[in-house]
Amino acid sequence: MKRLFDDEISPYAVPDSFKPMTLLEIRGLNTYYGESHILRDVDLTVSLGEMVCLIGRNGVGKTTLLKSLIGLLRPRSGEISLEGVQLDRQPPHQRALSGVGYVPQGREIIPHLTVKENLLLGMEALPGGLGRHKHIDPVVFELFPILHEFLPRQGGDLSGGQQQQLAIARALLGKPKLLLLDEPTEGIQPNIVQDIERAVRRIIAETGIGVLLVEQHLHFVRQADRYYAMQRGGIVASGPTSDLSQDVVDQFLSV
Amino acid sequence: MQLLFESLFNGVAIGSVLLMAALGLAIVFGLMGVINLAHGELIMLGAYTTYVVQLIFKLPALQPLYNAYVLVAIPLAFIVSGVVGILLERTVIRRLYGNPLETLLATWGVSLILQQFVRSVPLAQAAGVILALVMGFGLPLLLPDQLLTGPRARLVRAGSWAVSALGGVLLAGGLASQISQIARATSRNVDVTAPKWMRGGIEWMDITFPVPRLVIIVMTIIAVVGVIWFLNRSVWGMRIRSVTQNRSMSDCLGIPTDTVDVLTFGIGSGLAGVAGVAVSLLGSVGPNVGTSYIVGCFMVVVLGGVGNLLGTVIASFAIGLCTDLIGAGRLLTIWPDMPAPLEQVVSFFATTSMAQVMVFTLIVVLLQFRPAGLFPQKGRMVEA
Repeated sequence: MKRLFDDEISPYAVPDSFKPMTLLEIRGLNTYYGESHILRDVDLTVSLGEMVCLIGRNGVGKTTLLKSLIGLLRPRSGEISLEGVQLDRQPPHQRALSGVGYVPQGREIIPHLTVKENLLLGMEALPGGLGRHKHIDPVVFELFPILHEFLPRQGGDLSGGQQQQLAIARALLGKPKLLLLDEPTEGIQPNIVQDIERAVRRIIAETGIGVLLVEQHLHFVRQADRYYAMQRGGIVASGPTSDLSQDVVDQFLSV
Repeated sequence: MQLLFESLFNGVAIGSVLLMAALGLAIVFGLMGVINLAHGELIMLGAYTTYVVQLIFKLPALQPLYNAYVLVAIPLAFIVSGVVGILLERTVIRRLYGNPLETLLATWGVSLILQQFVRSVPLAQAAGVILALVMGFGLPLLLPDQLLTGPRARLVRAGSWAVSALGGVLLAGGLASQISQIARATSRNVDVTAPKWMRGGIEWMDITFPVPRLVIIVMTIIAVVGVIWFLNRSVWGMRIRSVTQNRSMSDCLGIPTDTVDVLTFGIGSGLAGVAGVAVSLLGSVGPNVGTSYIVGCFMVVVLGGVGNLLGTVIASFAIGLCTDLIGAGRLLTIWPDMPAPLEQVVSFFATTSMAQVMVFTLIVVLLQFRPAGLFPQKGRMVEA
């Protein structure tokens, strides 16, 4: 099997002795929607090559946290740093260039662009942008073969599961250091859920990037290295997923 | 047969002027969703640019090149209207994204300001102001980055604006001393004289095709093909389409949405300027020339389906053909022994302005049945 992104320079070429290296560090993050206080003093870290899962019932602020990380929401206080670089003041497109890949809830495929154009837009986050990168790395078709078939179709015509695969592939083409996945298996048929799980695991194993995942699906949650549990906008529990007891699951997962 | 061709040609000619004028609006309103009531005034600026360029080419030094002045006027009009449009976007419209009503009022105000501007400022000075603006925004793009981010960045920027201002003053002074027509402010309409090769007509099958109209049809075809190519084939076109369909996700993907806005607005406004060149070839140019086109432009874009460029093309030709059919009284020629009451109605509407009334009424009726226009956007994700 071909290695992912086996090309000229790899930003992930971190010597083993340095792992685990902290990739993302969040300290004391507070985000508001208008006057309502959503995120309360959130601290969180993600290391390179690590898959971290954020769990919690609906409406506790998981999506808000991811949106604050990519820059769609402006936190009122707190620090976000990626490999020591402060992201707080950057708009979303600069954070994308800094190495944050975002797969939002609801996929957000550009509807009237073809699948191919959607994938090309993923490479906008590479240095030089679209002007320099016109060739889609075939590795994404290895991960999600269905996309190759649908290249000339409009993105909006794909089914939910196909759009999800497209959204992940699009984020990957920007070669992010940190991948944010917001409920990638929500409302998707089981066989595609397995494809997506397999793809995410393979991405981490072969590229060594960090993944921050919001997920309700217990099977997928168990794949992660560590978990953070959220309640009412704050982190209330965390630890390795192997310690994730049935009690915690019952308390924080809405199954 | 002859009647059919003549009718078709006139319809296409009217339609292509409309299309030329509406093309920029199809981008600004159709793609970005910005209601820019100053679009007509951007057309007017293009028309005045043509007038000034034409006068400059009448100077003894440039007299031999007089026949080519239209070719110079087209890119210049694009730049002038484009820069004014970008300035408008940066200073007014950007702060009002998502507030259509406020945008509408603000741009209407801007349109009044621009109309009064050409009335009360001598065109020579207006040209100077615009040159200063173009240079002021353009010079920093030409300078190396180190100068602009270095310790003396402020000084460099101030210097480039000073140079631009000086350039503007020199141009204004030079124009005012050399060309008496534009040395003083006037609110009267002015006339652009077409170069010799553009006067008269070409005869074919007993029909005369006026050359200015042929030129406009060619200009329109080039502009439409150019815009479609740019939007669908170029990298920036793809960015524009992406941002217009999903702004926040495009931002997350790494697309500089601010730059895309400026570019989109600049191109839409620039096309209005080119339309101004076309308009100036058809009739006299005055401060109100834009007002007479703005309603038609919005009609074309709405009728074709907002955000659908091909719809805009078809809608403008449909309106053009209808206007000609009604306005030139062709229905009577086609059906000579029409019943008397109907004949009276038809001949009542057989003038240019009444034909417009009729066509707009028909559009309003049509929109009752197809609110999204003739060619609405379709697909699973229309709402998105």
